[in-house]
Amino acid sequence: MGLDAYIAVSAALFVIGVVAIVARRNILYVLFGIEMILNAANINFVAFNRFNGDGLEGRMFAIFVIILAAAEAAVALAIVLNVYHLFSTTKPGDVDLLRE
Amino acid sequence: MEFLEFDPTSDFKILLAIPLIPLVGYVIQIFFGRFLPRKGDWLLTGGLFVTMCLILYMVAKAIYAAYEGEPFFHESVDHGISWAWFFQSALPADSSLNLNAGILFDPIGAGMLAVVGVVSFCVHLFSIGYMKGDRRYHIFFANISLFTTAMLILVLSDNILFLFIFWEVMGLMSYLLIGHFSHDPDHPRQLFATKACKKAFMTTRIGDVLLLIGIILFYNHFHTFNFTELWAATTEAVKSNPEGWGGENSWMTWAGLCILGGTIGKSAQFPLHIWLPDAMEGPTGVSAMIHAATMVSAGVFLLGRCYPLFSPDALVYVTAFGAFTAIFAATIGMTVYDIKGVLAYSTISQLGFMVAAVGCGGLGVVAGMFHMVTHGFFKGGLFLCSGAVIHGCHHEQDMRKMGGLWRKMPITFVCMTICTLAIAGIPLFAGFYSKDKIIQAAMMAGEMTPSWAVTFASWALPAAAAITAFYMFRLIFMTFAGKTRDHHVEEHAQEPPWTITTSISILAVAALFSGHFYLGGDLLASHGTWFDQVAFEQLADGHSNYTSLAAFYPGIELQSSYVMAGADVAHVGEVAHHAHGSALTTSLIVAMAGILLAAIIYLWRLIDPAKITGALGPVYRTVYHKYYIDEFAEATFIKGSVAMSKLLKWFDENIIDGLVNLVGRVNKTAGFFAAWFDKTFVDGAVNGAAALSQAFGAAFRTLQTGRIQQYASFAIGGALIAAVWLILSS
Repeated sequence: MGLDAYIAVSAALFVIGVVAIVARRNILYVLFGIEMILNAANINFVAFNRFNGDGLEGRMFAIFVIILAAAEAAVALAIVLNVYHLFSTTKPGDVDLLRE
Repeated sequence: MEFLEFDPTSDFKILLAIPLIPLVGYVIQIFFGRFLPRKGDWLLTGGLFVTMCLILYMVAKAIYAAYEGEPFFHESVDHGISWAWFFQSALPADSSLNLNAGILFDPIGAGMLAVVGVVSFCVHLFSIGYMKGDRRYHIFFANISLFTTAMLILVLSDNILFLFIFWEVMGLMSYLLIGHFSHDPDHPRQLFATKACKKAFMTTRIGDVLLLIGIILFYNHFHTFNFTELWAATTEAVKSNPEGWGGENSWMTWAGLCILGGTIGKSAQFPLHIWLPDAMEGPTGVSAMIHAATMVSAGVFLLGRCYPLFSPDALVYVTAFGAFTAIFAATIGMTVYDIKGVLAYSTISQLGFMVAAVGCGGLGVVAGMFHMVTHGFFKGGLFLCSGAVIHGCHHEQDMRKMGGLWRKMPITFVCMTICTLAIAGIPLFAGFYSKDKIIQAAMMAGEMTPSWAVTFASWALPAAAAITAFYMFRLIFMTFAGKTRDHHVEEHAQEPPWTITTSISILAVAALFSGHFYLGGDLLASHGTWFDQVAFEQLADGHSNYTSLAAFYPGIELQSSYVMAGADVAHVGEVAHHAHGSALTTSLIVAMAGILLAAIIYLWRLIDPAKITGALGPVYRTVYHKYYIDEFAEATFIKGSVAMSKLLKWFDENIIDGLVNLVGRVNKTAGFFAAWFDKTFVDGAVNGAAALSQAFGAAFRTLQTGRIQQYASFAIGGALIAAVWLILSS
């Protein structure tokens, strides 16, 4: 089981994330999609570090991304709360003020 | 007597100060006069007193020079004193396009200055009493001061252009002063004053235009305005041309006639005299100013200055106009009842004498200038005396309502009688000597340069002199002698205040002495007057050398009359002596006859004037209505110009406006097409561009839904395409 298997898992996770972002009707699932994309990237970082590198850079980056994801989740949840507060909905398709 | 010799360095400054003093006074008075104590009359009168003293000092120098037998002719340009005017420094200093104005002080100017100074001062002094209580008192004083300034500069100017400028200033001031009461809505004759000032201004304007044409003609040929240069150029042109005044110099006759036109307008000669009797609507002080010191004498002064420019043909008309005016106005003077009206017509008549005299040439020029001086004094005196009478009678001017005033106003009576004796031509009074000289000049001209005009003058002038004596004594007898005819007038009649009596006394003294005083000689044994001494070279036998006018026009060989270069001195002297004898007899007889006739009719009342007028019938009515000249002018010139204006108005409204409207229509049509082009093509292009952008915008706005997920899918789709492209192209 080589590098390709890791990358295939990562790509599948990425595609699931993207589809969640674009297609889901609940804004919380969009956030879950973003987390999946980030974790797809983490799998790539760790896999490439395990097979090609001799240091710890890839794994360090993965830890940074996890921290960043935590911060991002906090900000995103605040935005979601505000959006819900303002528009009384959690459907991204109904929030179309940018069209104006 | 060194202080009486002319000193160019200091005396030109005094001559410059003479007109500047009243000018500065005018400026102060017009702006601050109403705030000054007594409304500033003391300021201008005091200033004029200083001016008069300076003038008399300068005139004394002229007389002293004559006494010493020295020539007296000073041009400031010769001493490097001149004022650049219209000066272009790019051109050479003596270019004819550069005008240098300077001072010219000569015997004619000295005589005129003396009149202007003394009479103007007297008028100022007189007006303090006469104009008391006037609502525009300070403006009146400012105006007469500027009037004096203009006349002084005119007299002192050494070029004809400056003369013309101040000639016009005087025209303006006469308009303002004749119309002085036109600004007073309470004055009973307000409307008459308004009409009179307009008439004076517009009538004299005709003459002024002619004068300007004459000046331009001379400048066009000789390229100078300077008097001495003009005289020299004329003499040179006549001498170098074999035909003399004829041929290529005949334009000078026309130019001379144009200058005569200026005199006819300003000096109220027939047919432009009509403004002057109406000018009596002004205050009496102004009448004295206009008739004695300034304005009308300016016309005669101009003739004296320009005499060498007149061709013999032009001089014939000068004589003709003058002599005709003299007798024409005198006849009207007999029928007038307004005390100032009589004096107005007498002024026209006396100016006719002067103009006719200048036309006779030679001695006549001197006689005309001499009469201008003496007339200035006695006519100024007569006007101020009549003003005193009017003031005393509470602004009553009709002589039929006066009479017996000598008891109430003795000083006025004495002064007015002295002036009347002077104008009537009684020996020892000023007018006799000058008028006698004019008649002598006419008789001499009849001998030396006979022409129809001179013949006419030698009969008309003595006749006019007789009529003058008649109507002037008619005035005296009707006003002062006999019984009072109107009790209202008699009750109020009283001697005027001291300012008025002082001023008329000064002028009466001048009228008494300005004619005959001989410098350093025996009064009775002498052959000429002081003016002879000033004007002519004195010969060893006590006679004057009448062949030369070198004192007036030094260095100029006059060729226009019998004072020709090379004429026989003895022969001319003999003719002059002969003419003097007849002139003396004639003028004495006519003066006595006129006075006697006046005494018979108006003093002793042996003949009732109504009978004479009744017997003359239509003739009297014609004269009484001033020969219907005003009516004629009304019917022809005024109606004519109104009709002309109407015609021009029609032309304006139909032809000119039609053309303008046509141009307007053409433009309108062109504008219509331009607008169509604009709307169709230019606006079309702009709108097309806008519509295109709109279409694109409409297409693209459908992409903008505002939905984040759609944007995200675009972004991811774009990234996928880029990735595919990167992978395939590597």
